[in-house]
Amino acid sequence: MRAKRGDLSRKEFLRAAGGTLGLLAATREIALGGKSSPPFPKGSSYDWTAHQYAMLIDLQRCIGCGRCAEACKLENNVPREPIYFRTWVERYRLKTCGEVLVDAPNGGIDGFRADVPPEEIFRSFFVPKLCNHCNRPTCTQVCPVGATFRTKEGVVLVDRRYCIGCRYCIQACPYGARYFHPELRVADKCTFCYHRLVRGLRPACVEVCPQNVRIFGDLKKPESPLVTLLHRHSVQVLKPVLNTEPHVYYLNLDKEVR
Amino acid sequence: MIPAQVRRILLIAAVILALFWAARARLVPESFGAYGHYRGDSVGEIAAWPIHYGGEESCTKCHAGIDEIKVRSRHASVRCESCHGPASEHALDPVANPQPHLEDTARLCLRCHEKNPTRPPDFHQVDPREHRPGIECISCHDPHSPEESAP
Repeated sequence: MRAKRGDLSRKEFLRAAGGTLGLLAATREIALGGKSSPPFPKGSSYDWTAHQYAMLIDLQRCIGCGRCAEACKLENNVPREPIYFRTWVERYRLKTCGEVLVDAPNGGIDGFRADVPPEEIFRSFFVPKLCNHCNRPTCTQVCPVGATFRTKEGVVLVDRRYCIGCRYCIQACPYGARYFHPELRVADKCTFCYHRLVRGLRPACVEVCPQNVRIFGDLKKPESPLVTLLHRHSVQVLKPVLNTEPHVYYLNLDKEVR
Repeated sequence: MIPAQVRRILLIAAVILALFWAARARLVPESFGAYGHYRGDSVGEIAAWPIHYGGEESCTKCHAGIDEIKVRSRHASVRCESCHGPASEHALDPVANPQPHLEDTARLCLRCHEKNPTRPPDFHQVDPREHRPGIECISCHDPHSPEESAP
């Protein structure tokens, strides 16, 4: 028995809603027809759906030479002022009194001065940091114009032509991985050296690390050394409680590191 | 029959919608939404940025001899560009773009090897005030094969 006009049953409503959504999806598919891959450098057979990039940082090996931070600035034309970094090295010093000292003078590029008497230090280590290229990034969610996004490879990028420089994303990043570019007036951040990846090269920081602290790889390639390491070791991520699911993993991470 | 006042409202609504769609079609870039809620062309633009570090392989193509010595030394994990700096332009045209000379090795080597309590204790470190102050490291040590010291 049919109900009176304007009184849809739940079944009828769901059927109508499903049909409408299906129609919308279909028109969207037609509108996007043929656009399967963005224009990568000429002659490149690069397929962006075939990769999921990630990095493992072995803290026990880091010597705090700062070559990664320097190479990053040179490769990506990051402003030289000591407040702009896409990657940097932090020094953690846990004092015997329980105090934790964290510093990163010029991101570690000029080295670290031993300005605390060694007998006062209980434990000390370096922590290289960069954008974590989260699976569930907080920064992309807050962008009001869609200028920052995750690519198919899981790399979080910023569209410099579309960014309006509102800095919401800089606020939203729990890792402090973004900065405001003083000349371009846009948000800027680590791209995992996306322009190198599409050419089959390693990120610049990985390329120059003399201690192989940073191990870069592709999670979709089971034969990559990174995947083997992830299989065999217990690794951690920064601030796991935030559920951001970073793609930068840390080996031998201390609980003091935030 | 639709009442006149309703028809007027519908007409105004239709005009506003048409204006909105016309403006949207002009303002939103064509590739926006092609792969997600972003401008699809920006991916290709970022991918086209120029590189500065050519990568180890671009160096060893010509400098295979040095590389052969280095890979057998304790500096095997140190890549050419870690010390020599970005060299992609040099690799493309070595004549037009000679690779700049290294900075003073007394400073360059200390970036890694200066004694620092935070460094892993098994990593080779020296105190520059005690170990031959003022002398360039390279006058005794060969950075491509640091085990062998020059006479």
